Amino acid sequence: MAEYLERYRSIVGDAEIDHLKQLARRLRGIRAVHVNSTREGGGVAEILHCLIPLKRALGLEATWEVIEGNPVFFDCTKKMHNALQGNLTAIPAAMLKEYEETNRRNFERLEDVLKEADIVFIHDPQPAPLLQFCENRKGKWIWRCHIDVSRPYRPVWKYLRAFVSPYDASIWSLSSFAQTLPHPLYLIPPSIDPLSEKNIDLDPPELEEAREKWGLDPDRPVITQVSRFDRFKDPLGVIEAYRLAKEFTPLQLVLAGSSASDDPEGAEVLEEVRAARGEDPDIHTLLLPSDAHRSINALQRLSHIVLQKSLREGFGLTVTEAMWKEKPVLGGDTGGIRIQVFNHHTGFLVNTPEGAALRIRYLLRHRDRLREMGMKAKEFVRENFLITRHLREYLTLMIAVTHAATDRIELDG
Amino acid sequence: MENSFIVRDCTLIAIATGLRAQNLRELRNRIREVPEACIYYHFWGGLLRAKFDDPEFPNDFASWARHAIHDKRLAERLAIINPMDFENLEDLRRELLEVIEERLDELDLPPWVEADQQFYFVRSQIVVFNTGILIRDPREFTDRISSFSLGSIFYHFIDARRRHPMGIDDFSAWFETFDGQYEDLVRAVRSIDPYFTNLFELRNELKAILDGHFRG
Repeated sequence: MAEYLERYRSIVGDAEIDHLKQLARRLRGIRAVHVNSTREGGGVAEILHCLIPLKRALGLEATWEVIEGNPVFFDCTKKMHNALQGNLTAIPAAMLKEYEETNRRNFERLEDVLKEADIVFIHDPQPAPLLQFCENRKGKWIWRCHIDVSRPYRPVWKYLRAFVSPYDASIWSLSSFAQTLPHPLYLIPPSIDPLSEKNIDLDPPELEEAREKWGLDPDRPVITQVSRFDRFKDPLGVIEAYRLAKEFTPLQLVLAGSSASDDPEGAEVLEEVRAARGEDPDIHTLLLPSDAHRSINALQRLSHIVLQKSLREGFGLTVTEAMWKEKPVLGGDTGGIRIQVFNHHTGFLVNTPEGAALRIRYLLRHRDRLREMGMKAKEFVRENFLITRHLREYLTLMIAVTHAATDRIELDG
Repeated sequence: MENSFIVRDCTLIAIATGLRAQNLRELRNRIREVPEACIYYHFWGGLLRAKFDDPEFPNDFASWARHAIHDKRLAERLAIINPMDFENLEDLRRELLEVIEERLDELDLPPWVEADQQFYFVRSQIVVFNTGILIRDPREFTDRISSFSLGSIFYHFIDARRRHPMGIDDFSAWFETFDGQYEDLVRAVRSIDPYFTNLFELRNELKAILDGHFRG
């Protein structure tokens, strides 16, 4: 298991790896359980796929449980997700009843694991009510919110708040997302794994094979947005930006996404995108399986510019992935994209399809700037948004919640 | 053993306070009431968190004044506040308030920002641990400083100023215990200005000073 961690040494350096080992020594043998609602698809699952083995490699007993639910449950949690991001979405009482019942059933299935854990991390709203069923709990419970809850639809937040208030702490990606709760609100941005299939270096022949497979012309620039087919990701705005830019420069657009098992709205949005594409052969809409990580990796690497023109965004890991591949990013001026994309340094923040089109034209006209910004973007990710930094903050938090809640925790010896 | 330098390491974790400001008057009011840890975080926390290099505005208050409320005059006045000039965080808080009050006096209407550009007050929790490394002779630093984690640099060079009654760093404080043997080194280390830099550069600067002193 120790080798698993050592693989990161050449990427992040000796000091970072040794630092992690030092911190983890204080947590050896601790039982940490993570609970979310899907094993595949979406940023949370991807983070857990690498975070869990890394914690194990450091001597923690880390496990990952996934709650199970029927379509009504997932429809409810999707509505909840949208409402928390600001949509005025009322949720019928029957759906909320199913939400709570599903959590009760899952708690019965996971009871032993949850009761025995030293630290339980509950990810997002789907499994949030689990805590209320856990009487005589032994460990600390932490709610990890990956969503931008800065301006939620209040009735839905009020409903959810009752479930998350009793937690011992919560984790938010940005300070602007954090809602006031009666416990410490930790701030931890998410991260990417540079060694995952999604981010690992690919050989040129593999890239050429992928280019051929997707029918991309090697002689014309490619712009890409990789994300779920979700209205908050504004895929229609991306098509508009592409059309505006294409009047001035030859261009191909790739809109690639996978469907996650907890996202029933995806098919509807994909249909809207296909309708907007019309007969344009240079718009490639790709619905990829949720485990098509290598294909996504290749698409990002084949792109000249990556877009993430979200209207609301939790953090935007696709931005981080693209930056790691030395691509400047045109990102919506929202949420976590703002702490990754810096105008003229790592990409541009855009507010409209017109703004995105303008920056596409600028970067394709100034290829030296495009390359320079891409390189800067990669170094920025190396220092700030790799899984090792994320892991360090998780370990720090675990130490903090298991010690007295003071500003200063001294662990000598 | 008795006079060894114990290398410690630290890691910071940020905690949102839920307090925010949407205009300059609110910022002033919040600064009055936030815990000292917030003042510390917004002056020094940038060294240990994701932040694109913006040396023009080395503290979060100045950066917000420039980028959110677009008040260049205020941003410049806030940026020049050097936290090392103040004996404690309360004095630093008073200076901060003084600069903001002065600007409020000059303005008829304090500028507002949109809701998603508010200033969010954050504090941090620090976890400090012993690395098990002991340095017995100052000469050893020349070989070892490069392998110090950035957390160690932060702890011994920045955090030290909060712990030490004289507000100095741990390195020069230790060199000083050798009965005047390292006076030049003490002076050189204390001449480093850690405010307009990052921890990588600080580590390099320390290494250069140590190499210069011991290897000529």
